[in-house]
Amino acid sequence: MDLAYTEAEEEFRRRLREWLAGALPGLPPKPSPDDWPARRAYDTTWQRMLYDAGYAGLHWPADAGGRGATPTQHLIYLEETEKAGAPYVGANFVGLLHAGPTIAAEGTAEQRARWLPPVLRGEAVWCQGFSEPDAGSDLAALRTRAVRDGDSYVISGAKTWTSHAEVADWCELLVRTDPDAPKHRGISWLAMPMDAPGITVRPLRTLAGSREFAEMFLDEVRVPVRNRVGAENDGWRVTMVTLSFERGTAFVGEVVACRRTLDALADEARRNGRWDDVVLRRRLGRLNAEFRALWRLTQWNVAESERTGGVPGTGGSVFKLRYSGARQELYGAAAEVLGGGDAFDLDREWVLDRLSSLSYTIAAGTSQIQRNIVAERILGLPKGR
Amino acid sequence: MDFQLSDDQRALRSGMRDLLDAVFDRDRLRAAVERGGTLDRALWRGLGAAGFFALRVPEEAGGVGLGLPEAVLLFEEAGRALLPGPLVATHLAAGLVKGAAEGEAVVTAVDGDLPVAHLAEADAVLVGADVLVGEPLRAFVAAARPVRSMDPLTPLHRVAGRTAEIEAYPGAVPYEGALLTAAEQLGSATRTTDMAVQHAGDRQQFGSPIGSFQAVKHLCADMLARTEPARAAVYAAAVTGDPVEIAAAKLLADEAAVRNARDCLQIHGGMGFTWEADVHLHLKRAWLRAAARLGGAAAEELLAAGLGTARPRSGSSAASGGGTPEAGGGG
Repeated sequence: MDLAYTEAEEEFRRRLREWLAGALPGLPPKPSPDDWPARRAYDTTWQRMLYDAGYAGLHWPADAGGRGATPTQHLIYLEETEKAGAPYVGANFVGLLHAGPTIAAEGTAEQRARWLPPVLRGEAVWCQGFSEPDAGSDLAALRTRAVRDGDSYVISGAKTWTSHAEVADWCELLVRTDPDAPKHRGISWLAMPMDAPGITVRPLRTLAGSREFAEMFLDEVRVPVRNRVGAENDGWRVTMVTLSFERGTAFVGEVVACRRTLDALADEARRNGRWDDVVLRRRLGRLNAEFRALWRLTQWNVAESERTGGVPGTGGSVFKLRYSGARQELYGAAAEVLGGGDAFDLDREWVLDRLSSLSYTIAAGTSQIQRNIVAERILGLPKGR
Repeated sequence: MDFQLSDDQRALRSGMRDLLDAVFDRDRLRAAVERGGTLDRALWRGLGAAGFFALRVPEEAGGVGLGLPEAVLLFEEAGRALLPGPLVATHLAAGLVKGAAEGEAVVTAVDGDLPVAHLAEADAVLVGADVLVGEPLRAFVAAARPVRSMDPLTPLHRVAGRTAEIEAYPGAVPYEGALLTAAEQLGSATRTTDMAVQHAGDRQQFGSPIGSFQAVKHLCADMLARTEPARAAVYAAAVTGDPVEIAAAKLLADEAAVRNARDCLQIHGGMGFTWEADVHLHLKRAWLRAAARLGGAAAEELLAAGLGTARPRSGSSAASGGGTPEAGGGG
């Protein structure tokens, strides 16, 4: 058990810190959270800066245009960029963390050459067309139909909870290509250009009042067959590859951010006198234990994937289950630190985060789905009906 | 960074597991319960011979010369097997009390105002920085009053007058004791998870194994989701030795041990409420350990004091992450 970073890893950290210190002052001010065109511009500008500095797609394999960094280097990258206050992956989330790694793992040489470099350069933004009004947690129940017509699929259906669909260039889309097959088969993974005729995007407001995601209606949208990644009707397996990426390292930066928030909460409580409340103070102490442990668990999982050399596995479900609950606890404590009046003022720091935290036990697989995964795939309990 | 067990550490752990399987199987566990938790001196000496107590005593002083991470792995196995006795106190006393390192002496300790474990059989008692042996020990025991212990594996005595807060112990000892106790809790939490999963897979109700029901499945999943962060916290604290990190490890391991035992009991249903099932033994020990050596309130206060960007520095040893207050420090 060794928590010390190697000399090479520390050197990587030093260089990254230096570059961040020089690069970040050149960024324009952060746009309003509701202004998606401005957010896209901001996030892709940052992506381009990363690309020019050689940090784009750090954890992608070298033959996909990435740097083939080790899991530990990737961990250091996520830790340092968060500490430096660098932009979060933002509008590039799906491209960099989902669609890109999936295409890198499952796409043909031509598909990789076509779609991966624009993601790394910040030229193409992707969104995720997985969830449907009647198929969220039961993802395999999706109904959006794709019927083959010559060299194209003709697609009709509806998707929902599609983040930043209105500014995306591409959508990683799950469609049903064989309605007669068992529900986990008969699904295909397509790259759909968002400017294709027949796509209607309608932004939705979240309970936090912001426009974070959209519903998307597909009316006989034509997508070339060559845009399919993986074999026809093999999309479920391809999707599982994607989801393992999502649950593996997607939250590393956020754990670092939560630890910073917890320190800020303690500062604020000492300033406004709430620190004297022993119940609240101990609650913050308990959260300190929680986020320290989540950070150590992250290091444990990263070291394990470094040893096995594989993609992140089901261990990510344990992490996601625990982290999503802890994040909600953190912002619940934040409301107590702020106290009555301020806890309801959307202009106060942490109030919007408290609302946003409610999505964490739902998005990327609900906590109930994660528990099923943990129980069946890790503990080996029998499947239910 | 390679935060995984080394090959030597794996071998050490599996060696300890094999040893305990051989010398302290379920029959011996239940025999210990029947004896009211009195110690098996031959077993105690066997542990001593295997290096359990002398593990961290330097080689030049006749010990094994290993460190806290290795000790944590052994105590995790001891917790898994529900091995009785003042294991932590005797381990901490190795090199300090004659015979402790070899398992010839049984050493217990006073911990705040909690009842003292295994006092009647102790050859020495640690009270803060003092070691009581001989006549002072006999006087101390004579003044103590036996308690009808809730935990059948841990005889308890209330002692008059002398209490010792954790701060009274010299140097890093109190925190090491808390960490080793956390390691026992981790082992117990792992074991009750295994027991629950085993039972949920075997036990049939309504024509199916109960583990196929989501309500049971989710209890089991939550047990693992408590154990794994606790494991990461305990192992990391063993590497850094940081008191705040040890407090985190103790808090999470206590929670994992107690709540997992309760969920395991629930999954065993009516059988879980009987004396014959082992789960109550885990729960009772877990409750005792949770109160001992940095209990919940003390751990939370220590963790709270470790928060904030402008927090006061603790003056003691390796406190507060060794000068890296940033997230992810202590690397």
